[in-house]
Amino acid sequence: MNSHVINVKTRGPILFGGVTAGEGLKKALAMSRSEIISEVRASGLKGRGGAGFPTGVKWNLAAAALGQRKFVVCNADEGEPGTFKDRVLLSDYADLVFEGMTIAGLAIGARQGIVYLRGEYRYLLAPLEANLARRREEGLLGSAILGRQGFDFDVEIRLGSGAYVCGEETALIESLEGHRGEPRNRPPFPVDTGYLGQPTIVNNVETLALAASVLAKGAEWFKAIGTDKSTGSKLFSVSGDCQSPGVYEFPMGITIAQLLKVVGGEEAKAVQVGGASGHCVPAKQFERTLAFEDIPTGGSIIVFGPGRDMLKVARNFMEFFVEESCGQCTPCRYGNVALLEGVEMIEKGRCSMTHLNELKALGETMQISSKCGLGQSSSNAFLSIVTHFENEILGRPVPA
Amino acid sequence: MADQTRTPQGGGSRAPVSQRPHTVAPGSAGIGSQVTVKIDGLDLKVPFGTTILEAARMSNIHIPTLCQHDDLCIAGVCRICVVEVEGMRTLQASCAYPVTQPITVSTHTRKVRQARRHILDLMLANHYGECYACWRNQNCELQALADEYGVDSFRFGHPDKPKVSKDASSYAVVRDMNKCILCRRCVRTCIDLQEVGVLEAVNRGAATTISTFMDKPLSDVVCINCGQCINRCPTSALAANDPTDEVWAAIDDPRKHVVIQTAPSPRAAIGECFGLPAGTALTFELNTALKQCGFDRVFDTNFTADLTIIEEGTELLLRLRDALVDKKPEAVLPQFTSCSPGWVKYLEHFYPEMIPNLSSAKSPQQMFGAVIKTYYAKLHGIDPADIVTVALMPCSAKKFECNRPEMCDSGFKDVDYGLTTREAAAMIKEAGIDLLHMPKSEFDAPFGGATGSGVIFGATGGVMEAALRTVIELVCGVKVENLFSHARVLPVRGFDGVKYAELPLQAVGPVPPILKGLFTDWNWLRGATLKVAVAHGTANAKKVLEDIKAGGKFTECHFIEFMGCPGGCIGGGGQPIPTSREIRAARAKAIYAEDEAYPVRKSHENPAVLELYAKFLTDGPCGHVSHRLLHTGYTPRGKYIY
Repeated sequence: MNSHVINVKTRGPILFGGVTAGEGLKKALAMSRSEIISEVRASGLKGRGGAGFPTGVKWNLAAAALGQRKFVVCNADEGEPGTFKDRVLLSDYADLVFEGMTIAGLAIGARQGIVYLRGEYRYLLAPLEANLARRREEGLLGSAILGRQGFDFDVEIRLGSGAYVCGEETALIESLEGHRGEPRNRPPFPVDTGYLGQPTIVNNVETLALAASVLAKGAEWFKAIGTDKSTGSKLFSVSGDCQSPGVYEFPMGITIAQLLKVVGGEEAKAVQVGGASGHCVPAKQFERTLAFEDIPTGGSIIVFGPGRDMLKVARNFMEFFVEESCGQCTPCRYGNVALLEGVEMIEKGRCSMTHLNELKALGETMQISSKCGLGQSSSNAFLSIVTHFENEILGRPVPA
Repeated sequence: MADQTRTPQGGGSRAPVSQRPHTVAPGSAGIGSQVTVKIDGLDLKVPFGTTILEAARMSNIHIPTLCQHDDLCIAGVCRICVVEVEGMRTLQASCAYPVTQPITVSTHTRKVRQARRHILDLMLANHYGECYACWRNQNCELQALADEYGVDSFRFGHPDKPKVSKDASSYAVVRDMNKCILCRRCVRTCIDLQEVGVLEAVNRGAATTISTFMDKPLSDVVCINCGQCINRCPTSALAANDPTDEVWAAIDDPRKHVVIQTAPSPRAAIGECFGLPAGTALTFELNTALKQCGFDRVFDTNFTADLTIIEEGTELLLRLRDALVDKKPEAVLPQFTSCSPGWVKYLEHFYPEMIPNLSSAKSPQQMFGAVIKTYYAKLHGIDPADIVTVALMPCSAKKFECNRPEMCDSGFKDVDYGLTTREAAAMIKEAGIDLLHMPKSEFDAPFGGATGSGVIFGATGGVMEAALRTVIELVCGVKVENLFSHARVLPVRGFDGVKYAELPLQAVGPVPPILKGLFTDWNWLRGATLKVAVAHGTANAKKVLEDIKAGGKFTECHFIEFMGCPGGCIGGGGQPIPTSREIRAARAKAIYAEDEAYPVRKSHENPAVLELYAKFLTDGPCGHVSHRLLHTGYTPRGKYIY
């Protein structure tokens, strides 16, 4: 355990609830493939990367798809600004993640798993490889896992190179194939045409770890936590203007106000939920809940205290997207530049209301016409900030 | 495992999946069935997997497109074709969305119109220049869309200065990234259609640009100059390297004797630049127009096409004897044609070890240059230093070819300038000449009389057909019409990517006079079966070459025609824009029709060619003089060039 390196603040029942290595996998091996998928479906587990696609449905689609080979990909390209919870899992709970991958492999009929590890997490490569080697020795990976003849599964780790867009699952697959990391047209979806054209599931690190816990302790136990539509608990990476930034596990459905109380950020005037691609929530909406049915999130919580200049916040996010757009589709490639130029015009007091309204409309165009989730969410921060903080932004003093 | 990721997927295509055609998932229950789609209130049934765009076109609903091109796989990157699909939060790119279940589509809702307008505005905010200072003015897809969507201002700005300099290093293709809208048609053309792979997107976000390897000048990478990217560029980001100023200067110089040769493909296509539908040949109107422009003589490239057939055909017969009878190890088969300079450079880069297979015969363009600056100059008493030879070609690679350092066998640059069809049309327009209403006039002597065999060089399979007409008659001593109705060698015609044909030589005739110096009899060919193949577009060439490397059926071929461009010369990189399968087919049809109108349709019956052998190339085909002037060598360039 080296959690002293990472500021883990609260350990909830699910991820840190004492599920031991091999527990979920042993139970899974006693079940049929469809029973495993049914269990995951019954738990209501949804993708923890932020999009919230039901994990059991995804596994079922991949299980039903025809292909010579199938793949389980663990998306460990944790690149969303303000997110650092997957790092905790990979550092201290890698067994849960690998176990989740193995169970997924069993469920969909894959023999190979790939961890797409964020380039900046290269320092985790050696311990993760050591963990994999140990699991192979223990018979938890390799051929005839835990003595089950015909169940072969192994995991390899590939390193990303720092492109934010490679967290998008089809760009990630392109990158795995050795191409420039750019999103594909969907459909077809990876569950039928993924890595090397074969059925592939791409799951977030946390999702896979949770799947292992679900198999270990059962769907009912998981469903008892969280809300009806957002079951279980969630890791949050909290940063910004609060007393105790760090990684927290909270049940799904916690309100922003409740969260702020725990982290010591009650003074906040806004919270950015979901990182750069998420939404900026103003104080008057702090009673809203962090759940898929209200504000979905991959776990990034950035707290903005009373002294923050929200236009600077917007500028920071737009600069990020101007750089991190993959450059493939027009709305995202140039739309973010237009929005950043708009921020600069506001800074100089030279943005007319007409143009601001045009920029808002452009932001909506980007949300609905970009090719992938990156472009579709890249204007979220700008739009929510200029909407909720219009008075602050337009009323700021103009530099001489 | 790492190695497997390097293995190209999907039939050898090298493009990433993000830029490959959508295929309906294997085993999908719906394959072969029909799906209902409602577009703008119109119900129609389409085959499972049809894209929304295709479905809309079937019902004459216009959806704007930019990155989509019928010759290329789907990218889905420009987003101009977005439409609203009922029940979906986001708009969908209609070019990339396959209909696999009943859906309801709206193509011009408020959201859609606003999105398209924004996308156009964003493109214009990054597209430098004014339309009136652009060679694609009135032939630009971006301009047409701006018109269609009523763009009257630049809402997100417009660059007033170029950001980067043009790359005019290549003799053939000029790149101006200030005009690029990143539709990536050029990337897909190069890597998928042609399987060359010179261009790729580099950098991210707003810094994204199309680049060569390490941003080297186009002259220093493996570009084969085919110009297919130019024909598919929606704007003027790609252009041919235009020498019209130099040509005008030569015309204006009274000391210069400026001659132009015209190839059949530009003649079959130039009408398109003047608003005619594809497939209208203007050969003889063009002769008058070019004379009016100021060219002193207008010659027919078909003359040297016939000459090429004699030289290349003789070379083939010599190779066959050397390989089959004398078993000389240096005689390699199959012989490859060498008249397409894009194909030649492709081979030099990617298969340099097969250069011995390439015919040493020059292309018709280069043969003409050499003959004009020697035979013609002497005949008319003109100092070859004062002759300027211009070639009107459908091709951008011809510009590179005429600038090859070895192409100076006359003692001068054999061909001074290569003009594309588009550039010739621009010259004619600039001179105020009404091409469509020009009286017809003949080509100039002494190279006027050409044959139908020369004409069909323009279409894929044409060189092979011309060669077969001649070889069959010279070897078998029978009329080719006895074997093929109307001398139409149909097995080598058509647009199949790779064609293969076998021709049994059942009987042989006497050796004709023109070949008496080389052969005593054809007995060694009696009963043999001539195996030939035709490939057009370098992607198809690659298939054949890989088959040969693997020892496949094409190793048994004796003669293979390769053309660098899809469709052959009629689809060349210098041809009018746009291009499509239908347009190329119409041009090919015009060429085959012209062939049938010629009284003489076989190269070896061309009286002017026979006269040239009698008076100038006196030691016959593949003889000493012809070797010096009409044959050449090649450069093994390799993929990793300097």
